Amino acid sequence: MGAVSLTNIVKRFGSFTAVHRMSMDIPEGSFVTLLGPSGCGKTTTLRMIAGLIDPTEGEITIKGQQVNDVPIHKRNLGLVFQNYALFPHKTIAQNVAFGLKYRNLTKADMDRKVRDVLDLVQLPHVAERYPKQLSGGQQQRIALARAIVIEPDVLLLDEPLSALDANLREDMRVELKRIQQRIGITTVFVTHDQSEALAMSDRVVVMSDGRIEQIGTPEEVYNTPASEFVSRFLGISNILDATCTELTADGLSLELPVFGRITVPKDRAPHVEGPGPAKLVIRAEKLLLADSSQAMEGRLALDGVVEAVVYQGQAARYFVRIGDRQLQAINMINERPFQEGETVSVRFRPRDCAALPGASA
Amino acid sequence: MSVEARERRQPWILLSPALTAIGLLLFVPLAFIVVYSFWLRTASGADQVGFYLDNWNEALTDPFYRDILFSTLRIAAITTAACAVLGYPAAYFIARSDGNKALLLLLLMLPFWISYIIRTMSWINILGVSGAVNWVLLTLGLTSEPVQMLYNEPTVILGLVHFLLPFMVLNVYVALEGIDVSLEDAACSLGSTRWQAFREVTLPLSLPGLAAGGLLCFVLSAGTYITPLILGGPTDAMYANLVFEAIITQLNWPLGSALSLMLLAVLGTLVLIYNHYLGMGQLMKGLG
Repeated sequence: MGAVSLTNIVKRFGSFTAVHRMSMDIPEGSFVTLLGPSGCGKTTTLRMIAGLIDPTEGEITIKGQQVNDVPIHKRNLGLVFQNYALFPHKTIAQNVAFGLKYRNLTKADMDRKVRDVLDLVQLPHVAERYPKQLSGGQQQRIALARAIVIEPDVLLLDEPLSALDANLREDMRVELKRIQQRIGITTVFVTHDQSEALAMSDRVVVMSDGRIEQIGTPEEVYNTPASEFVSRFLGISNILDATCTELTADGLSLELPVFGRITVPKDRAPHVEGPGPAKLVIRAEKLLLADSSQAMEGRLALDGVVEAVVYQGQAARYFVRIGDRQLQAINMINERPFQEGETVSVRFRPRDCAALPGASA
Repeated sequence: MSVEARERRQPWILLSPALTAIGLLLFVPLAFIVVYSFWLRTASGADQVGFYLDNWNEALTDPFYRDILFSTLRIAAITTAACAVLGYPAAYFIARSDGNKALLLLLLMLPFWISYIIRTMSWINILGVSGAVNWVLLTLGLTSEPVQMLYNEPTVILGLVHFLLPFMVLNVYVALEGIDVSLEDAACSLGSTRWQAFREVTLPLSLPGLAAGGLLCFVLSAGTYITPLILGGPTDAMYANLVFEAIITQLNWPLGSALSLMLLAVLGTLVLIYNHYLGMGQLMKGLG
């Protein structure tokens, strides 16, 4: 049994069901991310673990103990909010020491713990300041320090980085992960940002409409999406209707218009059970555009026309027409990006593709 | 004209109607009152123009005036405390309600649609000899004679609380609205109970609103004369009643002027002390 486990959790608000019969186990010491678009139930799930809202049905256990009826202040959790929620009328030291007051410590122990945790978040010099005097990133570190200084059983982070600007957010990802690994705390992280989820997590729980779409390592959810939702939500994918004709030891044979027959490795299509309607998933960055003259081994090549180009600096995003389909490709720019209207050779390796079951709708 | 000069002039142009109104309707009359307070009313009833300190001497030294000043401040203080105790929970309820806050605030403002005097007089129909409470007592046989509950200091305070409670609720509400709800959640996650979280976090953060509401209630109740006139007995006069008495009844404008300036000075000092400790900004926020 994990550090936190949810069993058949249902949360209804009136007639609206925010979370549908959800079950998951969060292993001790792991960093688990609940990822999904807004309204998918990820924050509701976090708030149920925290004890801020009660599940309508189901059981929540923390370290093997059922906590459904344990009030939040007795759950021993560290909670970090999107807006930091630092107490504006208390100094940083008082903010950090807040939770220690309820834990029967001597004054000396409290002071030492506050100092240690401020060192850990690399802000030892701000103890006497007030939250307003700190930058957003510093406030975020203090919120984290306040949550972990009480040595909680689980650390719960509700979109903690989304209020920071882009560069700082990248730095804080690294910082947060460093601190989490250093103290080895079980962490549940809620975000709608796929790159955060992929960069930081041991396991990603992709959610949509109050249901779990897939649980897996970042590579698993990225490379082997369990559903069309997952493949669309993580990165940019081209999803094409196909027919699975054969399941062999080599892999899965798919028949598509224009593309012809493509064999996808079996481990990239674990959810396809046999011949029938299926979907071919090609990541935008696996689709390479090239001049027709250049030769490339092991790749399928199709002729296409560039219809639009979005310049992104080191890369470019292309919208390419192949037959009656428009596909997206993201390629590093080599000397110059392809231009609108240019005829290009679109190439990809079948082993980079994934397949999903699906009715050809 | 240069752009800078135009930009410097612009706020003054926009402010001028308001400044003119304040000047003509507040500062000029106030100057008249100051001048009046040094005149002298003669036995014949005519005012003698000049510079006499008699009115000020009377206002400052007469124990009758001094006692009424103290009892006025006491009534204002009790009223303010009662408003705080009754108003805070109401404001908290409105600020934290999931339902229709606009409707709750409208209900709070509803009494302002009825004249303050009528609202004050409504207590006569409730507590008077032939009022609702006495009717119930007589009908239930709990008393054989109607009980006189009106015309004493408690009913004056009751009337003032009735009048001033919405001001307190609004000020506290504005302060509570500005406090992030997740602060209490954060406190609870760190181990404090809901009540401890309220005491440690929400209450201290809402104190400026409570103080602003308190100041407003105190100043308004210390300056009232209608409530004691309607709900007070002969001995329950407040300081503003003295001014009313001097100016309207005795037509002694010089003495009335000195008395009103006394009250202005006392309340003004209290506002300045308040401003020193809490700042006027919070009061403005509460009113706006």
